[in-house]
Amino acid sequence: MMNIYFFKFASLFYLLGTLFYSVYMILLKDLLSKLAAVIITIGFVSHTLALLARYVEADYTPVTNLHESLSFFAWMIIGILLIANLKYKIKVLGAFLAPIALILMLFAFALPKEILPLAPVLRSFWHPFHITFAFLGNAIFTLAFCSGVMYLIQEHQLKSKKMGAVAKRLPSLKVLDDLNYRALTFGFPLLTLGIITGAVWAEYAWGRYWGWDPKETWSLITWFLYAAMLHQRLTVGWRGRKAAIMAIVGFMSLIFTFLGVNLLLPGLHAYSNW
Amino acid sequence: MQLIILGLNHKTAPIEIRERLAFQESEMEKALSQAHSLPSLKENMILSTCNRVEVYAISREPEKAIQELKNFLSRYHELPLKEFEKSLYLLIGEEAVRHIFQVASSLDSMVVGEPQILGQIKSAYAMATESRTSGIILHRLLHRAFHVAKRVRTETRIGDSAVSVSSVAVELAERIFGSLEQRVVLLIGAGEMCELAARHLVASGVEKILVTNRTYDRAVTLAQEIKGETIRFEEMALGLKRADIVISATDSSQHLIRHDQIVKVMKERKQKPIFFIDIADPRDVEPSVGDIENVYLYNIDDLQKVANENMKDREKEARKAEVIVQEEVSKFVHWYQSLEITPTIIALKKKFEEIRKRELEKMFSFHPHLSEKERQSLEALTSAIVNKILHDPLTRLKQKDDEAMADFYLDTLRTLFQLPDLTAEERMEEDEDA
Repeated sequence: MMNIYFFKFASLFYLLGTLFYSVYMILLKDLLSKLAAVIITIGFVSHTLALLARYVEADYTPVTNLHESLSFFAWMIIGILLIANLKYKIKVLGAFLAPIALILMLFAFALPKEILPLAPVLRSFWHPFHITFAFLGNAIFTLAFCSGVMYLIQEHQLKSKKMGAVAKRLPSLKVLDDLNYRALTFGFPLLTLGIITGAVWAEYAWGRYWGWDPKETWSLITWFLYAAMLHQRLTVGWRGRKAAIMAIVGFMSLIFTFLGVNLLLPGLHAYSNW
Repeated sequence: MQLIILGLNHKTAPIEIRERLAFQESEMEKALSQAHSLPSLKENMILSTCNRVEVYAISREPEKAIQELKNFLSRYHELPLKEFEKSLYLLIGEEAVRHIFQVASSLDSMVVGEPQILGQIKSAYAMATESRTSGIILHRLLHRAFHVAKRVRTETRIGDSAVSVSSVAVELAERIFGSLEQRVVLLIGAGEMCELAARHLVASGVEKILVTNRTYDRAVTLAQEIKGETIRFEEMALGLKRADIVISATDSSQHLIRHDQIVKVMKERKQKPIFFIDIADPRDVEPSVGDIENVYLYNIDDLQKVANENMKDREKEARKAEVIVQEEVSKFVHWYQSLEITPTIIALKKKFEEIRKRELEKMFSFHPHLSEKERQSLEALTSAIVNKILHDPLTRLKQKDDEAMADFYLDTLRTLFQLPDLTAEERMEEDEDA
């Protein structure tokens, strides 16, 4: 059960990283955000080892039940955070993304963690591709969601003519809007690929590409939301506030597709009792 | 040795007097060496900015030095002493140390936290060093002052927020657009206010400035001055389409920029954000323009309000800075005192050791038959005697609880044993040892 040890270790470091980011948000000392980034990186390495260990122990790509999916999602989010940290100098990003990953980890921690024999439908060449595209897209849209939330806060501060402590801690509107757009241009193709590989896999598993099961339906709704967002942005210039709101709405739909459908609606994607 | 500061600033003297007593940078070398030739001064340095003129001096005879410095100021600036004596403040010793630390950290500035003063002190110090009028104590004092200023900058948020209307405007623009480097600014009006705002923005690195004015010629003149581009007043809409930041300061009695007009402009701009700064009175921009999406509108009162709020934050941070200053003052004073006692002890020990060596050598030359072992015994014996004799007075001297007496003891010791003054290099070594 090596994977569980690494998983716990990673969770602990995400918790520490989140704490450091929180203190950074209060004190605004650069050293704290740097330490937080180092701690998160250690957590990420451990998390990677956890996934590898589970892959070896289970002998399949370990994204088959909710515990595994949540853990994989969190891993992707942290991965995106680390990449974004390299590309952009937005120190507060971690203060938003790290707690989200932490919550997913805690949620995953509470769920059954046993490695069970793999359901036959999941043993497919397409499975790893499907989940990688889908969750990478999800993680990038999580980033877009965070930038959307920050945008709305910063914009509200500017419109209400306040220049207080909150606004000081957030990046400029331009940076946030660019980030949102960037995330959309990367996330949308990934989401599309995730749906396509899912359909191809469905053809192999159930003999049809598309069956309107709740997960499929909601994925399509989410896809349309992001497609609309991209379209409006490119044609009539839906940027700034509208784009931020769309990123938040899109994320809600995404989370419902991921969790709500599994928990509330019966369907083919609900494999285990979770 | 005493540190003396004699000076005046914006709080004690009106601008007319400050101007009369200011030292030109080109004449600084002359002024420094003139002051240095005053018999009572060991080291000196002059800080002269538009808000303050201060002379820093190190002297053994403070009373005399103060009088000489006052006369020097009067003589140098050809202004009778009684005309400015009331504006002068005098700080000695610890108070003076505190003062220079406060000045360097911009706690004593007219706009608390403004960053220029540190640079001004640095160049004043550089000039004193070049003119060789500063010595070991000012050297140490100034380096500590720079250190304190740096601590205050990094440990408090004293310089973080904008406190002037124009810097608030720039900060807001940065909050909207990030860097201002590729931004286009449109100036509506060509008056003094517009010019001032434009210069500030040029300094922040905007890409281009467009100028429009009802009187075209004035727009052209201003555009030339600030290397901008002129737009005809009737074609203002074109400017609104291109600009990211619009500064309006006309004397128009009606709103020049209206809500429906901007709604249209925003469509043409594909909703690219725009920042209106309305510094006109009465207003040039219809207030409801600020409700349009991606449009940000601040008038002069809004900017002033933000500036005032930031000023309050700064004062709060200044109180934190005072704690740092106090800490550093204590450290410096401690060093300063040890500087006086340690060299005396060293000089005293040196003198005793020399006497001992000399007498021992004399004796060895009278008695060449002494064996090596006997010589060593004599060495040990004489050393022990010297150390025993010195032990009590030195212990007394090193007790720091009696500062007033310490000065007296030091003075007595130096007189009775005729100890020489230490050279600057020896003091420097002491400093490093400590």
